[in-house]
Amino acid sequence: MRDVLLVRYGEVFLKGANRPHFLKVLTDNVKRVVKPLGGHVWLSDSRVYVSDFNDLQACIDCVTKVFGVYSVSPAVEMEKDVDVIAGQCIKMMAPYSGTFKVQGKRSDKKFPMNSMELAAELGHRILEANPNLKVDVHKPQHKLIVEIRDNAYICVQEIMAVGGMPMGTGGKAALLLSGGIDSPVAGYQLMKRGVRLCAIHFQSPPYTGELARDKVMQLAKKLAWYSGGMRVYLVPFTKCQLEIHEKCPDELGTLITRRFMMRIAQIIARQFGAQALITGESLGQVASQTMDALVCTDAVVDMPVFRPLIGLDKTEIMDIANKIDTYETSILPYEDCCTVFTPRHPVTKPKLDTMPKAEEKLDVEALVNEAVEGTEMMILDA
Amino acid sequence: MQRAYLDNSATTRPCEAAIAAMESCLRENWYNPSAVYKPSVEAFKALRDARGRLLEAVGGAGCDTVFTSGGTESNNLAILGAVGRMRGKQVLAVSAVEHPSVREAFNRLAEQGHDVRTIGVDAAGQLKWDELEAALADGASLVSCMQVNNETGAVLDAARLHDTVNGRALIHVDGVQGFLRVPFDMKLADLYTVSSHKLHGPKGVGALIFKKGVRLQPHHIGGGQESGLRSGTENTPGIAGMDAAIADMLAMGPDLPQKLMAKKLRLVAAVKAAVPDVIVNGPDPAEGAPHIVNLGFPGVRGEVMLHALEGEGIYVSTGSACSSKKLKVSGVLTAMGIRPREAEWAVRFSLSPHTTDEEIEYAADRIGTLYDQLKRFQRR
Repeated sequence: MRDVLLVRYGEVFLKGANRPHFLKVLTDNVKRVVKPLGGHVWLSDSRVYVSDFNDLQACIDCVTKVFGVYSVSPAVEMEKDVDVIAGQCIKMMAPYSGTFKVQGKRSDKKFPMNSMELAAELGHRILEANPNLKVDVHKPQHKLIVEIRDNAYICVQEIMAVGGMPMGTGGKAALLLSGGIDSPVAGYQLMKRGVRLCAIHFQSPPYTGELARDKVMQLAKKLAWYSGGMRVYLVPFTKCQLEIHEKCPDELGTLITRRFMMRIAQIIARQFGAQALITGESLGQVASQTMDALVCTDAVVDMPVFRPLIGLDKTEIMDIANKIDTYETSILPYEDCCTVFTPRHPVTKPKLDTMPKAEEKLDVEALVNEAVEGTEMMILDA
Repeated sequence: MQRAYLDNSATTRPCEAAIAAMESCLRENWYNPSAVYKPSVEAFKALRDARGRLLEAVGGAGCDTVFTSGGTESNNLAILGAVGRMRGKQVLAVSAVEHPSVREAFNRLAEQGHDVRTIGVDAAGQLKWDELEAALADGASLVSCMQVNNETGAVLDAARLHDTVNGRALIHVDGVQGFLRVPFDMKLADLYTVSSHKLHGPKGVGALIFKKGVRLQPHHIGGGQESGLRSGTENTPGIAGMDAAIADMLAMGPDLPQKLMAKKLRLVAAVKAAVPDVIVNGPDPAEGAPHIVNLGFPGVRGEVMLHALEGEGIYVSTGSACSSKKLKVSGVLTAMGIRPREAEWAVRFSLSPHTTDEEIEYAADRIGTLYDQLKRFQRR
């Protein structure tokens, strides 16, 4: 008899012929996060199991954050003997009172009782041992699950996990990571769908300092946990900003800056093997995030641009940021682009056909290439 | 890359003598000064000797000292400790340009119901004496003012403060930026704060010097070390390091302030030659402290100049912290009547006896070049 963590997966279950591949990736991801806890992980009979961990709570905390995991249950594994099982069931239900039901699941058809018979027998014995319990098969307060597989597994608690798709099964994308509240959340949302990310950050020394850079690295590190590491590209952006400031209409400054970021990001994304860009834009949040502005931004790239926060309010974004523990870092007061370059009255309804004229004094290709060439790549561990 | 460290008011590089003294204390004389066997007695004597030398440096015959963890603790102890021993609600006076460790202590006292009067300063950073006199006339029992302002280098007229107060209140002087660089005598104050790491000593150690008879309520209670004013086993390596650093400074001779002033004026002249538009925030450089000057570079935010200089290996500080959402400028500069827009341009340069002419020349040269580049890009 030993303690294990029973790990259930969600959407992966819907996969057809690809299911073994998804399960392999999921199992590997669980292995990675429980490794520091000494856990042993295996896949058997449509479940992932973790055993031999040194800290159950820590194990639950990290496994419930693995994308693709639907829920987990601390369980006891034992031989498939009805008396042994019943003894353990009585022990596990002893602290409880109120209504309960036993849910039997027999996938080993050699076991002498079927699921219904097993549930009835165990329910009977538990009732005899604990007079504080009553059976309610429709809306029980407690559900005791008994699964008969290679071994017998019993659990009472089911802890919901993050869901999503296993990391690495959703392709690669490049996240434009600013240091604000939104972009880490946007990255997280896509990672949850199995997308492997690299982060691209634009820095403008001397208008931004070492603290701003450190803050971005802290945020990237939080995201890197989910994928077992991450590449961060640091783009020298001062020259682009200075040229835009000097040679372009002030009210279009931010928008043109965004267009440069997208152009540069697309090149870096291709180098990384990514097929899409991710930004933290939310419709109408600021002037550069109106629909007209997004049309102008998207026009300079041919990759899809994913904006998972497009329909969320700031407060909803902040809730997720709190949940993934990036909020406190994001609100540190080191801004990523300086007020020197922020126009006092940015245009909110820019016209796409005015863009080429607004940028005509710039050598766009040379500026973009120079920024890409000067980019520094750092590899963050999980 | 060539380097210039011109942020000695933030901290200083520990001198060799301090490092050696600390190492010796950690390796050999590491015993608890409160124990009674011979090595401990040696540790106790070392502490006593350090105390004596510290007092001597400020003419502190008739004074006592408590070793602390640094300037913040000394300031807290001086203010909260002194008022803690007074009966009833007090009238208290503090200058408008104090360090947060002083200001926040008075804020706490105000929350407790004491009547805290903030004494304004003029454009040169000098106290508005009539405001002080008004507070004293209302019965102020404690006056606190820093000896040298950390942002502008404005120097307190300690003699005038002493004469104005004329025994009516306790005088606390925060000497963190002034000690040994601007002469000071304990005849002029009742409480004086000292920090080690601004003097090429280690961090985490300082002292509060006070006239005998000044009653203080301790913040750290326990084993009764430091005459009950600061319980906890003494930081003997830190104190040894501070002691050695002070000795090192004193060995530079009585004309140290003049030598520092010459360095500072050289820096100001070189920067003025490179950037004719430069403005001086606070007192005239020849009047202020010999090691601190606050300069404004019109049109370039201090933070941008700081990072640009950082890129050249030159380290300075700003009076202002930037956030793109709201621009916060130094409260000290605005209290001196400097307009927020100009306060945004402020950069503080602070020197030490170890600052070299090469550092000064290099910094001034780079400032000139960078200013020409940066001033082109101003917010429209």
